[in-house]
Amino acid sequence: MANGEREVGADAPAGGFVQLLTPDGERVDSVTTPDGTTYSVDFSDDEYRELYRDLVTVRRLDAEATALQRQGELGIWASLLGQEAAQVGSGRALRQQDMAFPTYREHGVLYCRGIDPIMPFGLFRGVDQGGWDPNEFKFNTYTIVIGAQTLHATGYAMGITMDGKTGNADGEAVIAYFGDGATSQGDVNEAFVWSGVFNAPIVFFCQNNQYAISEPLERQTRIPLYRRALGYGFPGVRIDGNDVLASFAVTRAALDQARNGQGPTLIEAYTYRMGAHTSSDDPTRYRIASEVESWKAKDPIARVKAFLTKQQIAGDDFFGDVDEAAKKLALDLRERVLAMPDPQPVTLFDNVYPHGSPEVEAQKAEFERYHASFEGSAS
Amino acid sequence: MAETITLGKGLNHGLRRALEDDPKVVIMGEDVGKLGGVFRITDGLQKDFGEDRVIDTPLAESGIVGTAVGLAIRGYRPVCEIQFDGFVFPAFNQIVAQVAKMFYRSLGNVRLPIVIRIPFGGGIGAVEHHSESPEALFSHTPGLKVVSCANPADAYTMIRQAIRSDDPIVFFEPKRRYWEKGEVDLDAPLEGAFPLHSARVVRPGTDATLLAYGPMVRTCLDAATAAAEDGRNLEVIDLRSLSPLDMPTVYASVKRTGRAVVVHEAPGNLGLGSELAARITEECFYSLEAPVLRVTGYDVPYPAARVEEDYLPDLDRVLDAVDRSFGW
Repeated sequence: MANGEREVGADAPAGGFVQLLTPDGERVDSVTTPDGTTYSVDFSDDEYRELYRDLVTVRRLDAEATALQRQGELGIWASLLGQEAAQVGSGRALRQQDMAFPTYREHGVLYCRGIDPIMPFGLFRGVDQGGWDPNEFKFNTYTIVIGAQTLHATGYAMGITMDGKTGNADGEAVIAYFGDGATSQGDVNEAFVWSGVFNAPIVFFCQNNQYAISEPLERQTRIPLYRRALGYGFPGVRIDGNDVLASFAVTRAALDQARNGQGPTLIEAYTYRMGAHTSSDDPTRYRIASEVESWKAKDPIARVKAFLTKQQIAGDDFFGDVDEAAKKLALDLRERVLAMPDPQPVTLFDNVYPHGSPEVEAQKAEFERYHASFEGSAS
Repeated sequence: MAETITLGKGLNHGLRRALEDDPKVVIMGEDVGKLGGVFRITDGLQKDFGEDRVIDTPLAESGIVGTAVGLAIRGYRPVCEIQFDGFVFPAFNQIVAQVAKMFYRSLGNVRLPIVIRIPFGGGIGAVEHHSESPEALFSHTPGLKVVSCANPADAYTMIRQAIRSDDPIVFFEPKRRYWEKGEVDLDAPLEGAFPLHSARVVRPGTDATLLAYGPMVRTCLDAATAAAEDGRNLEVIDLRSLSPLDMPTVYASVKRTGRAVVVHEAPGNLGLGSELAARITEECFYSLEAPVLRVTGYDVPYPAARVEEDYLPDLDRVLDAVDRSFGW
C-alpha cells in the first residue's frame, strides 16, 4: 500500500507503506506513492531465488553469532533477527560504487556487499574495535554512538558532489543506516539539514524496528518518521521493512535519484526487532509476547518462501539446499571465530596516531619493561 | 620576503597557502565565506577558491566536524573553524568519540587529517561562552593532537604544518593576540621548518623557567622583562604543542634553572599545569629548588567581562609566583 493513497492493509501502519510482497506471499505488481513515484521490481526466477538465499543465510549466520555469544565466545551480539528483508533488500540495491555507513547491526548489508561475514566479529569477540578499510569494502566501520555515522555519510556524500561524481546513471551514492531511536539524535537531524542544504547524494535508511532498547517508537516521535523528511525538504517514503522487494525497489530508486544529482531521500523501513536489542538485553521486561507473535506472522523470509512455492519458482530441494549451504557457512564462521587469536597486549599501543606520539611510545616502552621484569620468574 | 603582519593575518596567509598547495584542502565553518569569519581569519579565501573549498556551513558545530569526518574518509583534508571556544561543545562528541578514535578503531586504515581551529581565551570583554580555554579537555583525549600558536610567524607555519599532518589536530588560536604584529617570512619553505610538536625557548634565561602557550606567552615575556629589572633572568618556553608535550625541552630548561612556573588561562584544576608539574617532578626531582607553581584561571566558570582581568593571569601574578618560588 502506498502512503495513504489506498486502503491500508491489515498489516500496515496508519498511513500505509510500500509493499510489493504481502505476508502471505502475494506479489503486488507496483505501488504508486502520492508524489507519483511508482515502485516495482522485475526479477528473474534466479534473482528471486538468490534473494531468498541471502535472507536465509544472513539469518542463519546471525543465529550462529547469538549461539556463540551464549556460549561465551562473543562478548556481545547485536542480532538482526526480523530485519533481514530491510537489510538484504537495501544491501542488494547498492551498486558497486556506492558507499554504506552502518550502525552496529547491519550484518546483512555487510554480507550483501560481498564482504566476508567474519569481518565484524573482532569487535563482538573483543579482539579489536572492528577495524577494516571502508574504502576497500565500500562499507564503513561499525559505529556504536547512535546517529554519529549519519554525519560522516553526509560529509562523504558532499565529497562525491565535490568530486563531480553525480549527475548521471554511473554516479556514486551513499546510504546511511540508523534506527528509530537515532532519529531523536541531534546528529541525525543535522545530517538531514546538511544533506538538504547541499543536495547531497545520500539515502537515509531508517530501520524502524519499533524499539530503542526498551523505549517504544512513541517515545521518539509523534508523527510517522518518514514524514519528517518533508520538514528538511526532501522526500520520505515508508516501506514494509519485512518485504525484501519493497526494500530493494525503493532503495534502488532513491539511490539512483541521489546519483543523478536529485538529492537525499529518507526511507523508513517499518519492521520489528524480533530479538533483544543485544544479547545483554531482556525484552520480556518491556514488551508482551502477543506483540512478538503478531510480527511473526509478517516474517520476512516466510513470505518469500510462500511466494516461491506458489509460483513454482522453487521447491523443497532448493529450500533444503539453501538451508544446508547456510549451515555450512555458519559452521565455517564458528570455526574461524573460535580460531581468532587474542591480540598481543602490547598492540594496545598501536594505531593511536598516524604519525605516532613520543608519549605513547614512552608508555609502550615502559609497558614492555614492566612485563619483561616478570620473565623468568616462577608463576 | 619578510613582512610585518598580525597573527590573524599570519593564519590567513597560512590557510591560503594550504589551499594553494593541496586541492584536497577545504575550509568549513560558520561565516567563513563572504564574511571571512567573525575574526576575518578566512578573509578573501572563498572569493579566490570558491564555495566548494571555503564552505559556509549550517549553524551546527557537530555537523561541521561530523561531515568533516566523512569528507576525510573521502580523501579531503578539512579545516574546521569553530567560531568561539565555548561553542565547541556541540561538536565534542564527534571530536572525542569519532575524530580521536577512528584511526585506532579502524586498525590504522582510516586517517582523518582534520584540523579543528578554535579561537580561545579571554581578555576581549566578551559575553559568556566567548572567552574559554577548553584545551585540557582535548589534550586529555588520546588520538587528538593539540597545538597553540602565540605569534604571527608560528601562526603562519603551524597552521600549514597542522593541515599537512595526517593526525587530527585541534588548533587553538589566542584570539586576544590576533591583532599583535610580528615579522613573518611568507616564502620560507615548510620543509625544514621548526617542528610542529616542539616547544621553543622564546627567551633564554638562567634563574627560573616560565612555561606558557597561546595568549600567555606574551604575558610571560612581559613578566620576564619586568623581572630582569629586578635582576632575575627568567627563561620563557612557548610550549606550542599541548599534546604531545615536548618534555625534553622543558626538562632541559628546568634542570638548568631549578624552578618552574606554569601559566595558563584555563582553570588550574586538572589543567595542563597539573600535568606539567607532575612530569617535571618525576623527571627533575633532584634539580628542583622549589615546587612547580601554577598561575592559572580560577576554578570557576569564566566570569563577566568587568572582572575578567581579575580572573586572568597577568604580569603581576606571574611575578608573584616567581617570588614565591624564590622564597621557598
